Amino acid sequence: MTMFRKVVIGAGLALSMGAAQAQTAPEGEPIKIGVLHSLSGTMAISETTLKDTVLMLVDRQNKAGGVLGRPLEAVVVDPASDWPLFAEKARELLTVSDVDVIFGAWTSVSRKSVLPVLEELNGLMFYPVQYEGEESSKNVFYTGAAPNQQAIPAVDYMMEELGVEKFALLGTDYVYPRTTNNILASYLGDKGVAEGDIFVNYTPFGQSDWSKIVADVVALGADGKQVGVISTINGDANIGFYKELAAAGVSAEDLPVIAFSVGEEELSGLDTAHLVGHLAAWNYFESADTPENTAFIEEWHAFTGDANRVTNDPMEATMIGFTMWTQAVEKAGTTDVDAVREAMYGQEVPNLTGGTATMLPNHHLTKPVLIGEIRADGQFDIISQTEPVPGDAWTDFLPDSAVLESDWAELDCGMYNIQTKTCIQQKSNY
Amino acid sequence: MMRFLLLALVLALPAHAQDAAAVLDTYRDQVERPSRTTIAPVIEALATSGDPAAATVLAAWADRRLAVMDDGTFVIMDGDALSDLAGQPVEGEAQPLRPNAGVRGLIASALVPFQLTDPDPAARGAARDAIARNPAPEHLPAIRGALARAADPSLSRLERLLTLRFDPDPAARVAAIESFGADQSMDLRAALNPLLATTRVATLGPPEGNVAREIPVSELGREGAYDLLVSAGLAPARLTRDAAQAALVANIADGQVAGIAVASLNTQAARDDAYSALEAAGTVPPAATEDEVDAALDSATFADVYAEPNADVTDAARAALNGIATRVGAMQAADLALDALSLASIYFLAAIGLAITFGVMRVINMAHGEFIMMGAYTGYAVQQVVPDYTLSLVVALPLAFLVTFAAGVALERLVIRHLYKRPLETLLATFGVSIMLQQLAKNIFGTQARPLTAPDWLSGSLVINDLVQVSMIRVAIFVLALLFLGLYLFIMRRTRLGLEVRAVQQNPTMAASMGISPGRINMLAFGLGSGIAGIAGVAIGLFAQVTSELGQQYIVQSFMTVVVGGVGSIFGTLAGAALIGFLQKGIEWLNPSNTLAAQTYMILFIIIFIQFRPRGIIALKGRAAGD
Amino acid sequence: MRRSTVIFIAALAVFVAVITVMAGAGMISTSFVKTLGMTLCLCLAAVAMDLVWGYAGILSLGHMAFFALGGYMIGMWLMYARTEAIVIEALSGQPLPATPEEIRQGIGNQIFGVIGTSDIPWVWGFAHSLPLQLLLVVLVPGVLAGLFAWLAFRSRVTGVYLSILTQAGTLALALHLFQNDSGLRGNNGLSGLQNLPGVSASQDATSLWLFWASALALAAGYLLAAWVVGGKFGSVIRAIRDDEQRVRFLGYPVEGFKLFVFTLTAVIAAIAGALYYPQAGIINPAEMMPIASIYLAVWVAIGGRGRLYGAVIGAAVVSLLSSWFTGGRAPSIPLGFYTIDWVDWWQVLLGLVFVLVTLLAPRGIGGLFK
Repeated sequence: MTMFRKVVIGAGLALSMGAAQAQTAPEGEPIKIGVLHSLSGTMAISETTLKDTVLMLVDRQNKAGGVLGRPLEAVVVDPASDWPLFAEKARELLTVSDVDVIFGAWTSVSRKSVLPVLEELNGLMFYPVQYEGEESSKNVFYTGAAPNQQAIPAVDYMMEELGVEKFALLGTDYVYPRTTNNILASYLGDKGVAEGDIFVNYTPFGQSDWSKIVADVVALGADGKQVGVISTINGDANIGFYKELAAAGVSAEDLPVIAFSVGEEELSGLDTAHLVGHLAAWNYFESADTPENTAFIEEWHAFTGDANRVTNDPMEATMIGFTMWTQAVEKAGTTDVDAVREAMYGQEVPNLTGGTATMLPNHHLTKPVLIGEIRADGQFDIISQTEPVPGDAWTDFLPDSAVLESDWAELDCGMYNIQTKTCIQQKSNY
Repeated sequence: MMRFLLLALVLALPAHAQDAAAVLDTYRDQVERPSRTTIAPVIEALATSGDPAAATVLAAWADRRLAVMDDGTFVIMDGDALSDLAGQPVEGEAQPLRPNAGVRGLIASALVPFQLTDPDPAARGAARDAIARNPAPEHLPAIRGALARAADPSLSRLERLLTLRFDPDPAARVAAIESFGADQSMDLRAALNPLLATTRVATLGPPEGNVAREIPVSELGREGAYDLLVSAGLAPARLTRDAAQAALVANIADGQVAGIAVASLNTQAARDDAYSALEAAGTVPPAATEDEVDAALDSATFADVYAEPNADVTDAARAALNGIATRVGAMQAADLALDALSLASIYFLAAIGLAITFGVMRVINMAHGEFIMMGAYTGYAVQQVVPDYTLSLVVALPLAFLVTFAAGVALERLVIRHLYKRPLETLLATFGVSIMLQQLAKNIFGTQARPLTAPDWLSGSLVINDLVQVSMIRVAIFVLALLFLGLYLFIMRRTRLGLEVRAVQQNPTMAASMGISPGRINMLAFGLGSGIAGIAGVAIGLFAQVTSELGQQYIVQSFMTVVVGGVGSIFGTLAGAALIGFLQKGIEWLNPSNTLAAQTYMILFIIIFIQFRPRGIIALKGRAAGD
Repeated sequence: MRRSTVIFIAALAVFVAVITVMAGAGMISTSFVKTLGMTLCLCLAAVAMDLVWGYAGILSLGHMAFFALGGYMIGMWLMYARTEAIVIEALSGQPLPATPEEIRQGIGNQIFGVIGTSDIPWVWGFAHSLPLQLLLVVLVPGVLAGLFAWLAFRSRVTGVYLSILTQAGTLALALHLFQNDSGLRGNNGLSGLQNLPGVSASQDATSLWLFWASALALAAGYLLAAWVVGGKFGSVIRAIRDDEQRVRFLGYPVEGFKLFVFTLTAVIAAIAGALYYPQAGIINPAEMMPIASIYLAVWVAIGGRGRLYGAVIGAAVVSLLSSWFTGGRAPSIPLGFYTIDWVDWWQVLLGLVFVLVTLLAPRGIGGLFK
């Protein structure tokens, strides 16, 4: 980042902080915010962090005078990594606790479980995790990356910067890797990569026996093309994969691996000495060198009372979504879902990595894409940062989706066929 | 780009001499935010600058030691010390530049001529790696120059690999290909295969260039062949369904298309008729008929053409690859077998404790998986206290045994003892223990996977050749499995304890009347089986992830291993593990893109297998069979 | 009819009436009605489990797989019919009337777009028809159970071996469905099942309907089970549980009896599942992992095996307690040096209770009523 941008942003931050301090303590009926993240079960490790993030933001907002002069109150429920329970708890939040907005969900399945309830009861949810796209709900704002904000730029990076000609798409067998790999295979095809130069493999959750898969990937290099791995391997399974890669003596120079689901949190379960140089693509890295990020990390450490807690991409997405929602409520002057949704379009919040996130009429954000190289200390060296990319709900690289567009502001439609000029449906396809 | 760069480098004239610092300054933007696609001129300018420090600057840049100070001066970092490009120390703060791997590769390539003659063997090694990663024709003169000065077998091999790809003289290339003989190394195949790269072409006359083979239309299929013709611009595109539909829509008038009511166009056949009607009326151009397609296909030739123009080279390359194909196949099979063996030994290690508790004592312990997990967590806990990985392993293995031995004894005394007559209840009660232990592990260690790191001597691979290798940790598991097999046999067949265990198993009353305490023996045997599970846990944690669900992944497979092999026989368990391991790898080999399917089919196979051999591979006979 | 059966049916009727009145008066929320309706379905599955394990002595660790299969079968129709309505609506805006292929393509794209294809797999062949798919609710689990039981009982796999085999079979089925290629949307499963196609009534109303249907199914299932175990058939299967060899020597076709009970209970479980998932809203393969079936056994064991009302009590009490404890609403217990958070400790307590019940009170809660 240039000196100039640093100064401008620093000044902006100082201004906004000054404004915050001028507020008085909030009073009156609290505005309720639902937090729908698993606190137990397999997803607890990831989602608990996001629950804490929302609580921290609520706390910060209340200190700054609340919203509309009223205090915020978080209603935390535990859907326990159980997908049907997500729907049940969402209904409870909207009908029994009467929350005005929900922050929640991590996996695609849990989001799809909540969708019908949100659309039936006209609720509002912010979804903070990178996902496979191919969806647009009137009632959900997607603050994580769509495939064109993570996967596509990452592949471009591999082709242009690393000269990769042959791709191994390794993923855990669930919808995010499946859809992402489908999009990537189609995209690579458009870029002239032959079908035979794309190797795809799906493994179960928690896979631990990686020797054959690693050997298969290494063997791809036999035809003299530079091989790169695009990994959508989820969670724990990464540990065995990287251990096997290291044991096989494969260095990042010979066989670069770019991961979409490996962040600071996941690396803490690993000895990173052998992984140095492998890559990850996100919209945020803890190592981003900006004053906003430093302040955010400090606030996080102070709030959790643990100076070793790492920050990660979905936390930034939660922060952006939360801040935008408070701004939209202030603009609309009410917490009414339809009014807030109208007010959301065009809202701007500074990214922690520099630049500004803008909410688009398709309920996605503009975000920069960052590529990081793993360092020995478990953090990432940011080696590439794009200009902000607008998120695309329907990918341009699958023929069926290329003709679709989402625009809730002008067209009032999440699935609009631009060829036939018809709205295919108002409710989403869960 | 690299080609020009290196040519320029070789022919560099000192007339262009320029200070390295000045070069960096000129290209400041590209240097600070380098991209592989745009950085080549910068590297070229640096390498040809004639500045004696150029090589040092390039090397520092590739190492991420080139840094920028606040005032924009470029400096070289060495630890905390800074020096300017000429090597003079400077004071101050500097931010290191972070060129990505692609840029670093280009820099390394540019450094080759400097490094190949470097007295430092490490630098020469780096140069060899750089060539191996990004072979380019311009490296050839540099390599030959270095070889002329001093012989170096690995460099000479590189020289032949580059010769066969880039030498202008076809005869030299053929000679280089033939010089490798039966070598089946990866780098050789990586050099040969690109020579045989082909493109598929469609032509009206005979195909030009170095033709690999002509392809009959039947192989491509009518559609595929015609598509090739269309994309080669040799035939008009066929009418697509979308285009036909668009034509219909364009000709709607008064709710009718060519006299047919729009409402009736709700089948494809009706739409085809309407289109034909439009054709007949001359409103739309006629679509290509089948006859026209046939005629176009008959007149065309389809062929695969080599990118490499010289037929001698491609023939030699193909002959060389065919010559080693069988060996490569055999090596791949050997590697697969090794994988299967390794998987089998993992299953065996996980199941060997069960072979005692379930196989001999007939106690269903659903918490067996959790004992494996306890062992793994013991390993993790020890590593927190003992930082030396080797030492911690030495401590962890016996400690894991003790911990799970104690847990096993406690489980036997508190729960299982009361349920010996009720096997189904044992299953359920130990399942209760299993959920307790899993949740306790989550409460104590958290749901995040914990690192259990192998010492360095276990973290590499046993490399037999490019194709056959197995990680050391898997070798260690294999050895451990063998060791436990021996231990089991020794204890059961050669010791008093083994004798008493067998006696109690076959007839507890008789054994008790002979002065054996069945309670004590059951307790010890159960503890032993559990203790072995703990050691297995440490081993499994070393190559996979340590989580509270670790045991869950092995429990069903472990029971299957024992049941398939034949309950009560250790060799049965061995056979069961081998069967499952080889089967799973076999299915994975048949369907390499879907590991999940392999696991599904394996379990299905086992279920069916048990139908035909309900007592397993090695069925005990007579009194030892118990029931 | 036995007295306990009459009491149970009467109690169920009163319960349904009370809940209906309370829901009508707005005293309980729709989500609670759904929870209760789902609990009734679990109770029905527990009755089936009690029949096969408590009475016939076959400890199946796979009955929740049949439960989930029932859910999948009805879920296919729910999804297909709902999507079909959406697609026809969307295509009606086009200049040309839609062809059957276009509608099919649209449905495929909507349902399978998330897994990257638009082809409708062959397993969805009957999904357009409610009667056919209802038939499959019974047929698919029934045939699968019958086939499995025939293979297993024929080769005299009994006791713990059978339990392990059912567990492995369940795992294989779950892993199969986890694959996207299985045609049932892989890990995503089927979702939006709470929206009944062609029904414009609100969720408040439909959840009450499904609650009644679940209660009716439970009552019917209970009566059927009571009738089965009450007669001579019941005596034979209890005898098989107690001494299989002896019954075989007496000339009874033991395998046939076991096969019948196994298949019948699988079908009951499937019907329970077909009513459960429209209330849950989503089904995915995780629902049929072996752990679910083991929990079913746990409920029956805690409630009391060999008593039908015991199974119902066990399922109701443990599943409701489970959701209460893990819902974050149970008060934490501060111990000064440590706070017992029930979200973290409920599983430990459940495991412990289970061990203690198995050891000390094999008759479970139901045994207390004796």
